[in-house]
Amino acid sequence: MRIGLVLSEVGQGLRRNLSMVISVVLVTFISLTFVGAAVLLQMQITQMKSYWFDRAQVAVYMCTEFSTVGGCDQQVATPDQVALVQAQLEGITLAPFIDTFYFETQQQAFENFQEQFAGDAVADLISPELLPEAFWVNLIDPTQSAILSDALGGLAGVESIVDQRSYLDQIFDILNVSSLTAIGIAALMLVAAALLISTTIRLSAFSRRREIGIMRLVGASNRFIQTPFIIEGVVAALIGSVLAGFAVVGIVQFFVQGYLAETLPLTSFVGLSDALLVVPILLGAGALLAALSANVAITRYLRV
Amino acid sequence: MIRFDEVSKVYRGTARPALNGVSLEILSGEFVFLVGASGSGKSTFLRLVLKEERPSSGGIHVLGQDLGAISSRKVPYFRRNLGVVFQDFRLLPNKTVFDNVAFTLQVIGKSKGFIHEAVPDALKTVGLDGKAQRFPHELSGGEQQRVAIARAVVNKPAILLADEPTGNLDPETSAGIMALLERINANGTTVIMATHDAGIVDRLQRRVIEVIGGRIVRDERGGGYKTQAHPVVNQGFGMAPSALPVVAPFAAPTSVGEQR
Repeated sequence: MRIGLVLSEVGQGLRRNLSMVISVVLVTFISLTFVGAAVLLQMQITQMKSYWFDRAQVAVYMCTEFSTVGGCDQQVATPDQVALVQAQLEGITLAPFIDTFYFETQQQAFENFQEQFAGDAVADLISPELLPEAFWVNLIDPTQSAILSDALGGLAGVESIVDQRSYLDQIFDILNVSSLTAIGIAALMLVAAALLISTTIRLSAFSRRREIGIMRLVGASNRFIQTPFIIEGVVAALIGSVLAGFAVVGIVQFFVQGYLAETLPLTSFVGLSDALLVVPILLGAGALLAALSANVAITRYLRV
Repeated sequence: MIRFDEVSKVYRGTARPALNGVSLEILSGEFVFLVGASGSGKSTFLRLVLKEERPSSGGIHVLGQDLGAISSRKVPYFRRNLGVVFQDFRLLPNKTVFDNVAFTLQVIGKSKGFIHEAVPDALKTVGLDGKAQRFPHELSGGEQQRVAIARAVVNKPAILLADEPTGNLDPETSAGIMALLERINANGTTVIMATHDAGIVDRLQRRVIEVIGGRIVRDERGGGYKTQAHPVVNQGFGMAPSALPVVAPFAAPTSVGEQR
């Protein structure tokens, strides 16, 4: 009986305020889509980090005849110098930190380069002498590249020591900033959504002020009076959240998996399972946001 | 039943208190007229009894409960013991007579069975048993007020508060409404009625409490709208002596000012 009454009040309220309800739906839809995108972007960053950081190597570049920096003097590193570096890498100070390492000759570097930049004009300009010999080191803990720089940096014949993670960090910084931007926009939109929901509820309460006045007079409990309005807000926000859920799944399905994954086959992207993980978060956030702002609005309206 | 101890009420932003040190006691089963000019504090008195307002100072007890001690969550349950009727009826225009009365019971969670028993009963009490399916706009003013009274008493409240229930009605219809209120009072419900209608007050000869400027200036059992016994009480409350009725009760309504 009471549940039926409450629900019929909710239906009436939603019908009476249709245009406001639609605007609530749209604003929650957009804002939660941004929230979902931000969450997915964070997931993507984490996933790429763990993927790439595990594969990130430290390169110990030896001198070429053109290099002037580091321990170089425009001379190709001698076999002795190379052997010294190798001995260091195998020695007792460094060995405990190193998982594996291998040596890449100028010819190998050239072949790798040709493969990597096949079809690019730069590939024709490069000759093996331009590319340095290098030791490629996989560390057990990829964050400890400083150890290699300290131990090998000053040696004769070593041009430079480069941690690939420093390249990745830049990419991740860019991704991080864009995900923060998405979160910022989402936060602004969520504020707008909350205000819009409370305005809608207040309008709805105003259009039913006669009923509310009588209900208060005859002793309907506050909860009984408030519940229809809160449900009204939650229903509107949930519709928006469901739309946002579809949008997030759609973005992952058609843009990320359908387009990005095809274009960049080597990178692993967030998948549908991640998107489906985000959807309940969006639904929960939408419902919670609506319940809170509707509650605040109606409580303030009903305050004695 | 209802006790006020030195109750004052000052609304925010106003210097003059709406009620000023009011003490009174109303017993169970009494029929009390609350008279006085508009703005004298009658409505504030009723709102305080309903706990729609809290007093600025003083204590109020209603039905054995200290209103100052009732938490705002409990107020609705307290109000279920009171019925209220207004000058403007306050019916829901989109509901039938039956639904208007049933609404009261629905929102306090009564069962369907109870509602279908209590509502026709209440409508019969107020003499509207044939009109349950009419809408408010199809009824006369007197009939609408009867619906409002049915709504107020359907839950068998111990106290019925009526704020100028005959204010919008012609004398003949008013007499019918008063007969109804007397009948409800005779069944044991305490009735407190704020009114400007001198004729009614004089005819019924019940307890009369007169309020002027937030103070009780007269509390008389079996009194009329204006008493000749203590005309002096009006002095010092901002009324020019010439405005006082020199002759008799019948002059009162025009001199006491605003009719709405």
